[in-house]
Amino acid sequence: MTTLPIEPPATQPSHAPTYTRPLLVGRNTGDRLYRAALTGLALSLPLLLLALVFELGASAWPAITRFGFRFVWTSVWDPVAGVFGAAPMIFGTIASSLLALLFAVPLALGVAIYLTEFSPKWLRQPVAFLVELLAAIPSVVYGVWGIYVLIPFLRSYVVPPLRAVLGWTPFLQGVFYGNSLLAGGVILAIMIVPYIAAVSREVLLAVPSSQREAALGMGATRWEAVWTAVVPYGRAGLIGAVILGLGRALGETMAVTMLIGNRHDIGVSVLQPAYTMAAAIANEFSEATTDLYLSALFEVGLILFVITVAVNALARLMIWRVARGTAVGSRAL
Amino acid sequence: MSARRLRRRIVSGAMTALVAALSFVAVLALVFILGYLVAKGASSLDWSFFVKNPVPAGQSGGGVANAIVGTLIIVGLAALIGLPIGIGTGLYLAEYGSGRLGWTVRFVADVLNGTPSIVVGIFAWTWLVRPMGHFSALAGSVALAVLMVPMIARTTEEMVRLVPHSLREAALALGYPRWRTSLRIVARTALAGILTGCLVGVARIAGETAPLLFTALGNLNFTTSILQPMQTLSLQIFTYGTGPFDEWHRLAWAAALVLMGLVLVLALAARWALRSRHGAAR
Repeated sequence: MTTLPIEPPATQPSHAPTYTRPLLVGRNTGDRLYRAALTGLALSLPLLLLALVFELGASAWPAITRFGFRFVWTSVWDPVAGVFGAAPMIFGTIASSLLALLFAVPLALGVAIYLTEFSPKWLRQPVAFLVELLAAIPSVVYGVWGIYVLIPFLRSYVVPPLRAVLGWTPFLQGVFYGNSLLAGGVILAIMIVPYIAAVSREVLLAVPSSQREAALGMGATRWEAVWTAVVPYGRAGLIGAVILGLGRALGETMAVTMLIGNRHDIGVSVLQPAYTMAAAIANEFSEATTDLYLSALFEVGLILFVITVAVNALARLMIWRVARGTAVGSRAL
Repeated sequence: MSARRLRRRIVSGAMTALVAALSFVAVLALVFILGYLVAKGASSLDWSFFVKNPVPAGQSGGGVANAIVGTLIIVGLAALIGLPIGIGTGLYLAEYGSGRLGWTVRFVADVLNGTPSIVVGIFAWTWLVRPMGHFSALAGSVALAVLMVPMIARTTEEMVRLVPHSLREAALALGYPRWRTSLRIVARTALAGILTGCLVGVARIAGETAPLLFTALGNLNFTTSILQPMQTLSLQIFTYGTGPFDEWHRLAWAAALVLMGLVLVLALAARWALRSRHGAAR
């Protein structure tokens, strides 16, 4: 501990006379430098975002001017002829992500509800940790596991019974070779469960216990209390959690590239191969021989970026409505 | 009336069982993945796997020494670039982040947090690989650092915010300038939490593949030059896992187990760091 050092009086008059704390004038330099340094570092993030948008936009510009909106609607992808239409990738990205949500949402919400409302106390931390550990598994490891474990499992135990019951629907037509929309959707589902579960859990924990107590006090069963008083209260946050999971699924690359089959085609059957935007970039970027081809892939990247930014922004706004300002989901692991 | 009450109780019990079962399924998925990794990868882990470089396709034997060293270099360099920026941004958000700029930075960080890693990869390609004319480990590290900064920033902010105000006020009252209060009192108190955030950030980028595809590219040979293409475990797993040879698949499982082990150690260290100094824990 030191005593207050007294400033040399010479520095005092040089400053504006309106300054009210002359004793601290010299000490402000350190504070100003500190604040300036931190501000500079903090500014790097918005600048990074601007640079990202600019670089992607500039690199994609030739394709944007050449194809216009046709790029999004048409499905011909012919690098040799120099014609590019990304509709199948956009379709595949959205289809695989929605399929993933179909599996992941019940699972993740189940985990979140169980852990916050029903499970014994000693079980909460371990189970939450184990589920969040799913987020720690690298995407490429999911890919390897998917190829050698998940696909054989789907082929032997899931697809035949599924076909027997629902084989008449258009969603289950064609031969199942393994790499397919279904395989991609299932692996994506496993990958986004920890994110949705972690955010949902924080949202449910933020619901005041008076909600539960009021419902229980009126004679509701425990499930009724959860379903009528807790879940509706956190609804915006829960929807935000699901949208956040959707954002993850849309941009996921490696595991999907390894499992979805990478066929440039639009089809409704989940047993058939498909393609996603991220997979297209991963597969074709290093093979892009012409400038236009490269530019088309950049446009795919730009579209993917814009979609995920929009989805994430929406998710954050919805989560902030419930759990204001917290960094929910950013440290899911 | 009592029949209805019975039905309500049955529904409640059934739904409780259902959500418990769903939790069990989620944990089961983890057990299946980790179990297969150990079952298929552990038998290939021997001394030569860690110290030898890959052999030409078709031959048996060989290891992934180049990939292990490459992972450490690329991730280490990414941490060197990303951690100071991330921590500084986090401190800014916690100390001065109440204004409009703070809101913007916070929102941008959250949005960048969800940016697809492959997009960051091609961004790093336009920034570093295209001007330099060749792939390099440095470009890979920059891509990983870009992925890391927003996450580190947000966790640092959250951890610094947990430091009680009284501590800060006490330091200021004793005549500490604001910047020294921030660094020596506040940041130091939150150190365990910040460290946890850093470890989690490093763990997350250690397994990334997509941003490295067009930056670090991969390399069959051993190299420590950051201006050359470099192999990482994740790239090696991708090549081997999707390749045609059984020998490659065997090595892919083993490399996946090693990578998973590395990530797990970091994740567990993060938890341990938070627990051992429970001052900043939540």
